[in-house]
Amino acid sequence: MKKLPVTLAALGLVTYAGMAVSAPAGDASRGKEVANLCVACHQPDGSGMNLEGGESWPGLAGMNAEYFAKQIRDIKQGTRLSPTMAPFASMLDDQKTADVAAYYSQLEPTAGKGGENADPATLKRGQQLAEQGDWSKYIVSCKSCHGPGNRGAGEAFPGIAGQHAGYIEAQLKAWKTGARKNDPQDLMGSIARRMSDDDIHAVAVWLASQKPGNN
Amino acid sequence: MIRKLLTIALSGTFAFSAHGADYDATTQAYIDQLTSMGLPAPKENQLVHIPPTMADLEAADIHPELKKVIRKGYDLFTNTQQLRGEYVFNNMNCSSCHLGEGRMPFSAPIWPAAVTLPGYRGKNGHVNNLEERIAGCFTYSMNGKPLEYGSDNMLALSAYHQWLATGVEMYPKQPVYGRGFPAPERPAELSYDNGQKLYEENCAICHSEDGSGLRVDNQTVFPATWGDMSNNWGAGIVRLFTAAGFIKNNMPLGQPNSLTDQEAWDIAFYMDSQERPQDPRYTGDIKETLEKFGPTFHKHSLYGQAREKDGEILGDHDNTGEKPFLKPDSIRPRTFD
Ligand code: HEC
Ligand code: HEC
Ligand code: HEC
Ligand code: HEC
Repeated sequence: MKKLPVTLAALGLVTYAGMAVSAPAGDASRGKEVANLCVACHQPDGSGMNLEGGESWPGLAGMNAEYFAKQIRDIKQGTRLSPTMAPFASMLDDQKTADVAAYYSQLEPTAGKGGENADPATLKRGQQLAEQGDWSKYIVSCKSCHGPGNRGAGEAFPGIAGQHAGYIEAQLKAWKTGARKNDPQDLMGSIARRMSDDDIHAVAVWLASQKPGNN
Repeated sequence: MIRKLLTIALSGTFAFSAHGADYDATTQAYIDQLTSMGLPAPKENQLVHIPPTMADLEAADIHPELKKVIRKGYDLFTNTQQLRGEYVFNNMNCSSCHLGEGRMPFSAPIWPAAVTLPGYRGKNGHVNNLEERIAGCFTYSMNGKPLEYGSDNMLALSAYHQWLATGVEMYPKQPVYGRGFPAPERPAELSYDNGQKLYEENCAICHSEDGSGLRVDNQTVFPATWGDMSNNWGAGIVRLFTAAGFIKNNMPLGQPNSLTDQEAWDIAFYMDSQERPQDPRYTGDIKETLEKFGPTFHKHSLYGQAREKDGEILGDHDNTGEKPFLKPDSIRPRTFD
């Protein structure tokens, strides 16, 4: 799907299988107000936090607004389970969701943490998975869906480069065990289920140390 | 664990070609992995070859200059868009159809061409070598112009093909396991409407409803399944059985064999009922073109036929897409009389 102005997509003029329709247009300045509810975890600059051994808070700065809004809807509806996020998602109606999504999408992307101490062999394996995949296990490269630099492709495939390693690792494991299954057509689950925990760790630390942003 | 993985990768450095039922452990593991993805196991007497990976290349005991050339060939194969505007006039990379960097069985792995050519090709009715076979995919699948024979880039691209065939004998007598895009059995009826519905449910999220795919940052993420930025009417994948075989064994991306045979054929029928750039062999008249190339090729495509949906005659136009010419001069007969 071609990249369309946020408003067009938000108005529901664009649809694809698995995407909910007719969300209101977002207003970033109203969204800044809403974000007061979120800064405790996602931080004022939207950088979130990598928490070693705990639950990491994902970076939200620069995130595609459609993808962002879909996650809020999914968390609200319970198709994506997060006891931490759920109370906050439930505070947001469709308008507030669109506003806060618009706000975060305009923030400057921030760097991912958690890859600093990774050893070269792990990083090499992570890079291979991200850029070439491992076809001997039918692990398709991350970039073939997540786009150039793994910085996202359209509204269905979010940027994952520069996200925190702890968060990436937790999400992949959630897909692997079936705890997260809100992805369209099981596209992400099919890949995650073929990955060993070592591979998940390797790709997470490599992606965390890449240039963040959203295509 | 990482080290262990690397060792496994390296142990494929010498390629295996096994036959009969008793495969060595590496080959058996390779086959088990493929069958766990729903792909058929090799039939008795089929040649199974595990093409080396780029990691194997780094470890291989060959001249560093040759490594450079093979790396360049790999780069051209997986990022063919670097030739955009000169040799490539659509959104494809070679790896858009030859998945897994040209190494995957049932995704037309490219190495068999290196060990079966020079050979006779029905498509152009003469003996082709590897370069001319590669030129074929440039002409039709890339809607382009072939790299010049013997040029640096052609040398690199063919070196990559040949290196993937490392260890396989020339002109093997056994049929190659997973060669081409083997088609599932054709069902009795094909449905355009069902194909459209299935395409929209399973494929449009990536290839978009209008078949244009998705480009980001001037790079192809999802190639175009039809339209100006797709392959032209002369490409192998416009044959219904080839498209059905491709789809069944390779799509949706990451989920091979998730569609039934009927579904793969219906989607192929829908996809191959859409417009695309003109066949470079077009004579200026669709009936005449069909008479010339129907018997060898277009009897398997919908070219020149009225589309079931709206009666539109498919391929009846002069549109060559972004390509500023119809026919590259590489399309010419060869005779040795
Ligand atoms: C108490 C900490 C906390 C607060 C406050 C919080 N979040 Fe979250 N948020 C999280 C955690 C943890 C996750 C990851 C959930 C998971 O693991 O599935 C998350 C995930 C998200 C996601 C999904 C990100 C992705 O990459 O898929 C979005 C969007 C989001 N939060 C938005 C918000 C918004 C908007 C607010 C304020 C209204 C907010 N959050 C408040 C902790 C918090
Ligand atoms: C076949 C396509 C496909 C491939 C290949 C793929 N992904 Fe995904 N991925 C998706 C989709 C679709 C989503 C969005 C899911 C949703 O809408 O909730 C996603 C989401 C994610 C997320 C969650 C992002 C967030 O902000 O919550 C992570 C992390 C992720 N992918 C990592 C990876 C990694 C690492 C790889 C490579 C090993 C990979 N993906 C390969 C399709 C894919
Ligand atoms: C639009 C899809 C598509 C693209 C893009 C494409 N090919 Fe092909 N290729 C095919 C089809 C279809 C076949 C024939 C498979 C069969 O035998 O049924 C084929 C066959 C081949 C073969 C012969 C394999 C054999 O078994 O002998 C080689 C070599 C090849 N392609 C190389 C390339 C190269 C190099 C490029 C890029 C310049 C390329 N292809 C791009 C679809 C494509
Ligand atoms: C998750 C995204 C995704 C989905 C869903 C998907 N494809 Fe693809 N498809 C791709 C990618 C990516 C390629 C190119 C392979 C590569 O670059 O590794 C491709 C290649 C192709 C090609 C060969 C190149 C071309 O554009 O002609 C065809 C045909 C195709 N897909 C058809 C389909 C059909 C039919 C479906 C639905 C049954 C489908 N795809 C579902 C991502 C997808």
